[in-house]
Amino acid sequence: MQRLTRASGWGEAMRVPAILRNSSLVLGAVITLFIVFCALFAPYIATYGVNEMDMRNRFAGPSLQHWLGTDNFGRDLWSRLVFGARVSLSVGLISVGGAALIGTTVGLVAGYLRGWVDLLLMRITDIFLGFPAIVLALALIAVLGPGIFNISLALIAVFWTEYARVVRSTTLVLREQNYVQAAQALGASPLRIIFREILPNALGPIIVLASLGLGTAIIAESALSFLGFGLPPPTPTWGWTLAYGTRFIRDEPWLSIISGATIMITVLGFNLFGDGLRDILDPRQLTRSAGKK
Amino acid sequence: MNQQPPVPGKEPALAVSNLEIRIRGDHDTFTVVSDMALSVHPGETVCIVGESGCGKSITALSLLRLLPEAAHVEAGTVTINGEDFLSMDQRRVEDFRGEQIAMIFQEPLTALNPVLTIGEQIAESVRQHRQVSRRQARARAVETLQLVQMPDPERRSRQYPHQLSGGMRQRAMIALALACDPKIIVADEPTTALDVTIQAQILGLISDLQKRMGTALVLITHDLAVVAEVADRVVVMYSGRRVEEASVYDLFDNPVHPYTLGLMGAIPRSAGGQVGGRLVDITGTVPPLWDLPTGCAFAPRCPRADSRCHSEQPPYEEKRPGHFAACWEPDNG
Repeated sequence: MQRLTRASGWGEAMRVPAILRNSSLVLGAVITLFIVFCALFAPYIATYGVNEMDMRNRFAGPSLQHWLGTDNFGRDLWSRLVFGARVSLSVGLISVGGAALIGTTVGLVAGYLRGWVDLLLMRITDIFLGFPAIVLALALIAVLGPGIFNISLALIAVFWTEYARVVRSTTLVLREQNYVQAAQALGASPLRIIFREILPNALGPIIVLASLGLGTAIIAESALSFLGFGLPPPTPTWGWTLAYGTRFIRDEPWLSIISGATIMITVLGFNLFGDGLRDILDPRQLTRSAGKK
Repeated sequence: MNQQPPVPGKEPALAVSNLEIRIRGDHDTFTVVSDMALSVHPGETVCIVGESGCGKSITALSLLRLLPEAAHVEAGTVTINGEDFLSMDQRRVEDFRGEQIAMIFQEPLTALNPVLTIGEQIAESVRQHRQVSRRQARARAVETLQLVQMPDPERRSRQYPHQLSGGMRQRAMIALALACDPKIIVADEPTTALDVTIQAQILGLISDLQKRMGTALVLITHDLAVVAEVADRVVVMYSGRRVEEASVYDLFDNPVHPYTLGLMGAIPRSAGGQVGGRLVDITGTVPPLWDLPTGCAFAPRCPRADSRCHSEQPPYEEKRPGHFAACWEPDNG
């Protein structure tokens, strides 16, 4: 008996390193946590104010005084990128959250009810998919006007279709499971079956999609800012910093390079994190990678 | 205990008549169950016996209106506690399921939701039918697990299906079915997926609970040993039709239909029977449903079949008091 408990105790202990051994998950998580930390505690991490100008040190290169240098107004790049994390993360989280919520609901309903409901919802999805994503987002922002919420809304309109299609196909498989029939046999209503039987089983792909989607949303927000459809200056967005940095790229290239690298590393972090999550949440992937070793 | 004749004048809990189920094939539809009838009284156990593909499982599903999409009820009625179940609207059907009629499935691992604990699943069902708080529903779940003799019910209720053994899963499945005190339980091969030793325990449990709670039980099985153990009455099905129906003693003592006789010959027995004797098999196979013979469906395999058996469908009639069969050449010996 004592042996058994010890053995199972070992089993528990073994599981933690197994997750930690997933290097992409760990690296992704570290980057993600760092970005989140910057966004949450921006005022304490930034070494200068967002719009604080140091006119004597315009276009200063990286130094001890200005870690990542300054821009044409002498504003500290490090501080602006730290505050920019707030914009990127808020837009990312709101748009991914909204898109996941809408897309998942549509996918669940379409996949479970099928028939004409499915047909109608999927054709609406196709219409959204038919638009080039960036054109749809630009058109919506042109109508709605700039602002974190409006940009997120535009991105939701672009991204929800992905969730709808993935969740619908997952639901089509799950609705045929025996436990769904068993729940029906116990008198569960369609609503209860969708949200208590099917949704918990479909969460894996949704979580993975969302963590990968966060990276895509941040790129999209940067792209909109780059094109001048993002938050108006002097809001410190990564995309706009990259865009106006190109004006001075011959002489002072670090503005664009560093802000571009920030976007890249952040997106890489989210994607690694998403991939790592998929490895953990998908048991088939797990056995496959275990088999490789 | 087994010989419990239906109380005269008392309404059957479940009554099925003239049931006909059809399945859409690629090009046409064909009948999988026809002229099915059944009546089960409170506290009574009726077994439906037959080999694979005889229509017993689809009959069970039709009793809960859970037929797969390709299948539909073409004719007949299913009456539950005096109410016509087949013409009910969806909302009322949902009320009836679980509360009036519940089902125990064959494979408990797949019939339990893998991501919810046992307790959550039972509580979920209780909250669907009763106006109770979450806490009360959880308490009811533990109580039901206790009822099905789940060891350490408090702890097990917080575990997931994959953490339980096969026998415990089936106990959990039974608890799930019993949580709202249904009047009728339909059990589709409830012991087939289990070890032989566990089979007897689970069967004993179902039978015991059913007698104690006065539930009407419809047990679908291909195992005559199970039938002998728990049944009050037995319906033998072949190719989607009833071929024989009698009380369990009458059926085992004096089977009328050659198919029933064949089924009994195919049971291996060690004590009482011919030790080491050869098993008697039924020659041939079940005819495909889309190509049934014109006469008796069993005629091509029947040792007693004559020309009439091949050309005319035998009527289903009372051969002896309380003993029905569909056969032109019944075994009267």
